[in-house]
Amino acid sequence: MRMFNISAAPHIRQSTTTAGIMRDVSLSLLPALAIGIYYIGGRAFMITVLAIAGAMLSELIYEKILHMPSTLHDGSAFVTGLLLAMNLPGTVPFYIPLVGSAFAIIVVKMLFGGLGHNFMNPALGGRVFLLISFARIMTDFNFDGVTTATPLARLAAGESVPLKEMILGTGAGCIGETCALALLAGAAYLLIRRVITLRIPATYIITFAIFVLLFGGHGFDVEFLVAQLCGGGLILGAFFMATDYVTSPITAKGQIIFGILLGILTGIFRFFGSAEEGVSYAIIFGNLLVPLIERITMPVPFGREGKKNGK
Amino acid sequence: MRHRSFRGGVHPNDGKAMSAGSPIEDLLPGSELVFPLSQHIGAPATALVAVGDRVLKGQLIAGGERSVPIHASVSGNVKAIEKHLTVNGRVGDAIIIENDGAYEEVPEMALRTTVEEATVEEIMAAVQGAGIVGLGGAGFPAFIKFKPPQMDAIDHIIVNGAECEPYLTSDYRLMLEKGPELLEGLRLILKMFPKAKGVIAIEDNKPDCIEKLTELCKNEANIEVMALKTKYPQGGERFLIHAVTGRDLNVDLLPAHLGCIVNNVATVIAIYEAVCLHRPLISKVVTVTGDAIRNPKNFRVPMGMSYDEIAKAAGGFDKEPEKLVSGGPMMGQAMFSLEVPVSKITSALLALSHDEVADFEPTACIRCGRCVEACPENLVPVKMMDACEHKDFHRYVDLNGMECCECGTCTYVCPAKRRLTQAFKDARNFVRLERRIEAEKKKAAEAKKAADERRAKDEQKNLEAKAEKEKGGNA
Repeated sequence: MRMFNISAAPHIRQSTTTAGIMRDVSLSLLPALAIGIYYIGGRAFMITVLAIAGAMLSELIYEKILHMPSTLHDGSAFVTGLLLAMNLPGTVPFYIPLVGSAFAIIVVKMLFGGLGHNFMNPALGGRVFLLISFARIMTDFNFDGVTTATPLARLAAGESVPLKEMILGTGAGCIGETCALALLAGAAYLLIRRVITLRIPATYIITFAIFVLLFGGHGFDVEFLVAQLCGGGLILGAFFMATDYVTSPITAKGQIIFGILLGILTGIFRFFGSAEEGVSYAIIFGNLLVPLIERITMPVPFGREGKKNGK
Repeated sequence: MRHRSFRGGVHPNDGKAMSAGSPIEDLLPGSELVFPLSQHIGAPATALVAVGDRVLKGQLIAGGERSVPIHASVSGNVKAIEKHLTVNGRVGDAIIIENDGAYEEVPEMALRTTVEEATVEEIMAAVQGAGIVGLGGAGFPAFIKFKPPQMDAIDHIIVNGAECEPYLTSDYRLMLEKGPELLEGLRLILKMFPKAKGVIAIEDNKPDCIEKLTELCKNEANIEVMALKTKYPQGGERFLIHAVTGRDLNVDLLPAHLGCIVNNVATVIAIYEAVCLHRPLISKVVTVTGDAIRNPKNFRVPMGMSYDEIAKAAGGFDKEPEKLVSGGPMMGQAMFSLEVPVSKITSALLALSHDEVADFEPTACIRCGRCVEACPENLVPVKMMDACEHKDFHRYVDLNGMECCECGTCTYVCPAKRRLTQAFKDARNFVRLERRIEAEKKKAAEAKKAADERRAKDEQKNLEAKAEKEKGGNA
């Protein structure tokens, strides 16, 4: 007798795959990366290649040693490497992206069970590890061969920063964080493709903006506000890293709380601490609170809420 | 006007264009028809005929106190009563009738009754006697729905014309071709519930049905045609009630508790046929479709024909099918063989040349939250799945896993291709079984306790009687 395939319903699947999502995220990062490489040069390109290669190799070797099936094809290691590279200055020595991506993949991701089980964003985990371990190297920025302070450092020193520089990416900073325009274009792509929603980035940015107005010490200074929003990797963080599925809440309400929390934390770290990297610290700190946020924002099942239901 | 809807849901590629243009064709049965005794939720029916008996078309051949009657769809001889494969892959008793080609009907089928003539008692009796079950797929006996705890409390009779399952077009064709019969059926139900209002709810991807039925209903003060937003699973009973009335029914309640009775389009027409034409449920409109079917069509299929025959009637396969589904692609049952009979719960035969499920092995959950977004029950499938994987069924219940309606939406959207619905079905079955065992244990313990108490009482009595006697003796 001819036998046909059987399986439990449903028998159709949406075409979206994990690898497809990772591809969309990678594509959305390309404009900002391209601008970074354009201004910083071949070094930035090499750093990016090394970070990606380091991430993928770390995953491959880890899985080989432990005789686990390879998961490289899901594209998440690629994205981790790419994101890490975008969070590195163009001046770092070439071992930095390798060390960072190995830490990100092995310690932050694989040791906790691999994709989907890590409790903090691997790329940010890697970056913060590097920031703490190699503080001087990691904050050495230059632009066009001249060592320059980042816009946020200049703002903190009381200088003013031309907005055009921050929007077009002609200022100093990490490879992928300088050009607000390119980052926003990538974010728009992710929103259109419905890879991310506005819940986390919008609440994050709005909360932070309010924080700046209240505690930034400049009152209602639009120029200062926009500079704060465009600098310090806030856009990169809000749209591309705070929205990391694995380390952000899955509930809609939870995502809003998470965004607000990140806005406040970033504000505190930037204005009360001296950390320019407030965004990174805020996100990995927020990551730790995700299980708690999810617990208090579990949705009520259909028909169990309100007075309209039967009982 | 904004069309009504519900939260969550998905928009799968609907595939309806393949068969939507095909008017319902009557199919002539083959030489042998198979009637499984178990066709719906509840106890299997008992055969009321014996091997060698001659039966007529429309004759009752199986029934029972707690099961829905089954009728012969042809005249002929009972060839055997034996085990036969059914749609769900199980083997069960079935009556096999050899078609004599005469189609001689039982005399009652020549009777006619109008909606005005039919009394409430007659309608109830006809619905029960004709063996009508919910034809939307669940197969819940229809007459039970019409005996709600409080007849007066029913204020909405909803006709489910959503047909939200992709590929299916049988309800669509019925609404287009059998509008007057549908209305008559609804008027019959409204006769039983004079305080209720009739609502025919149709997804807005069927504007021709909405237009046609609105036209037909223009003089019916008590019947309304309502357009719903096209979204799966709009046809789910509770999401339909939400869209139509704004009332939210939790899973512990029946629609009747919120004043609603929901019936599928095909069921309402079957009620009309049972009451007015005295025709039991002996055929069913079935969509035969899918990219592997040569000429996708809608057929009125006599019960007991095999899926193989209806596939051939649609021109057979022009591509090698990889997967065959009884019903729609979201909730239908995959079949490994076509040698199974069409029964009361058959709604479609879907033949797919490509099995999308086999394309992907499940990979790690990336917690993207698409399942949470899409779940019409407002559950958190990702966490329920985690509980299932750890076989932690207490946590599964705590996460409201028993509220899952198994609509398949979460599995459909999952980018990691995880088989969530499958795990939830297993978990729900496990929990139900555990609860049943628990209840039986409790019952047994109570019975034992009661027996012990009785015995203790008896002994006490005996002792007292003895003491009394001795006292009496001494005195």
